[in-house]
Amino acid sequence: MEKKQFNITFYLLVIPVLLWLVLLIVLPHIDLLISSFKADNDMGEKVFSFANYMAFFEDSIYWRTFINTALYAIGVTILAFVVTFPIAFYLTKVVSNKYASFLTLLLLIPLWVGELVTIYGWMIILGDHGIINEFLKYIGLIEKPIPLLYTDLSMTIGLLYMSMLFMIVPIMSTLESLDDSLIEAASDLGASKWDIFTKIIIPYSMPGITSGSIIVFMLVIGDYVAPNILGGKSSLWFTEQIYNEFLSTFNWNEGAAFGFLLLFLSSAIVWIALRLSGQKLERVGQ
Amino acid sequence: MSEKILEIKNLSKRFADFTAVESVDFFVEEGGFFSILGPSGCGKTTLLRMISGFIEESEGDILIKGESMKGIPPEERPVNIVFQNLALFPMMNVFENVAFGLRRKKLDKKEIQERVTDMLERVGLSGFEKKKVTDLSGGQRQRVAIARSLVMRPSILLLDEPLGALDRKLREHMKIELKLLQKEIGTTFIYITHDQSEALVMSDRVAVMNKGRFEQIDTPKNLYKNPQTAFVAGFVGESNRFDIVKRDGEVITTKSGWDVTKHGLDFTPKELFVRPEAFIIDPADELENIERFDVKIKTILFDGANTKISASIDSGDELLISLPQNAKFEDLKEGDKVKVGIAHNDLKCY
Repeated sequence: MEKKQFNITFYLLVIPVLLWLVLLIVLPHIDLLISSFKADNDMGEKVFSFANYMAFFEDSIYWRTFINTALYAIGVTILAFVVTFPIAFYLTKVVSNKYASFLTLLLLIPLWVGELVTIYGWMIILGDHGIINEFLKYIGLIEKPIPLLYTDLSMTIGLLYMSMLFMIVPIMSTLESLDDSLIEAASDLGASKWDIFTKIIIPYSMPGITSGSIIVFMLVIGDYVAPNILGGKSSLWFTEQIYNEFLSTFNWNEGAAFGFLLLFLSSAIVWIALRLSGQKLERVGQ
Repeated sequence: MSEKILEIKNLSKRFADFTAVESVDFFVEEGGFFSILGPSGCGKTTLLRMISGFIEESEGDILIKGESMKGIPPEERPVNIVFQNLALFPMMNVFENVAFGLRRKKLDKKEIQERVTDMLERVGLSGFEKKKVTDLSGGQRQRVAIARSLVMRPSILLLDEPLGALDRKLREHMKIELKLLQKEIGTTFIYITHDQSEALVMSDRVAVMNKGRFEQIDTPKNLYKNPQTAFVAGFVGESNRFDIVKRDGEVITTKSGWDVTKHGLDFTPKELFVRPEAFIIDPADELENIERFDVKIKTILFDGANTKISASIDSGDELLISLPQNAKFEDLKEGDKVKVGIAHNDLKCY
């Protein structure tokens, strides 16, 4: 093997990245990790302890919230796939190239205005005096507004809306490389439309679906804004627990422990999902 | 004479601004190897896609085993295609690729297993069942694609320039292999290509297509020996081509003034074609019915058995003449003057 020559340009390029990683990501995490293993003893001193982690498992409100959050995130991920796959297919295979790039640009717009603004937008649409309720009243279908906002429905819509794009982009990029002749070949061999969809298109775009799902799941499970603003009182999100520990009860040690639990448990869910679906993480990055 | 498995009647395909296929008529006999040869853009792929059902015809009819294919979708036609880029399913292994069609037919597992194994054996891919198609060589992928179609036992197998992507050596090899495979299996093959050598070597009959029409349908030998139109003469095989400007009885004159005698000529031709190998170098005096003239060798284009002389005649016309690689002509070199003859039959006028 030839030895690589690192010159000054290489160092100039790599040092900012390393500084960023170490100072802003690695060090704070180490600090939080240490902090998560500390708890007050009877004398009010900070000592090494598993108490913060034990609290999660002992107090049912915590792990129930986590399971609720995880199930919701899985649900939103599946919904995101169901909603975006036809759009991705339409944009890559049906519509002509000329319009496809324009339509893709339209999809990006919600991302430009930021999550908070899109969520306020949804509040305007879903509120008691929002567009939907006012319209239904106007055509005489209802007399009193239906509660749409601050429900599981509005929260799901918000989560879906902000994460959809991260599902659509990887799926589109795998579908783009799908040669149309594969579809024709399948049809030539007697495959019905359904067969083509389930046996050719879905398996072919599996790497894109997997990476999209991982991103959406992680985004949703770690989201704070949509559940907090659009979600109802009953829809407790695990990130809200972490927020409360840090900023309401000022128990940073507990908050840090919850943060790491979120990281490990959600990673574990992704790992299990990959194993169950027979996908490999290496292939997903392609 | 065997049965007509495919009959094409007055078939046309018009697109918004041009006609891709115009009133094409032909039939293919059962068990035959039929090629459609034409330059790119001549409409041969459109024709193939109409037979397979991916494009609807504008006019005319396609009959397979005497039954009209009007309105029958691709998945229900008794034909299968081997695509130009093969279109193997990359997420499946060799076995799954070949079994794909049979599984769609919902055959039972045992039968699928048997038919796929048998088919893979025939194309020489036994033991490759579990391999990923992306790990195969070009020739092996080719054979998987053919096996995948043949396992369906189609009445007709359509092949859309499947050798195009292979390198030259492998292409030569696959040509022979395909022909042998077709003989052995007996399925009717319709082969589309722009490569005349592929068409001539493999086919029983060849249709030459140009601008959406068939110029000539014939055996490879006849196509080469007796091209019926100027296009066929120019497209199939190599030819020396001359513009003819006038005729005086049996004497025709090329643009640059070369007078040639062609017996039995009853029309004024526009073009004259002569194959490089039709020239007889240093013809014996007793040979009759040949046109004799002198040429001057400009250069020798050595290419093994395909070696040719580029020579000029007094009028200035240039000729390509095949040079047999034997001892008799060993000493020929640039600048030499040689006597050359052409049999009158080999002067093709259109």
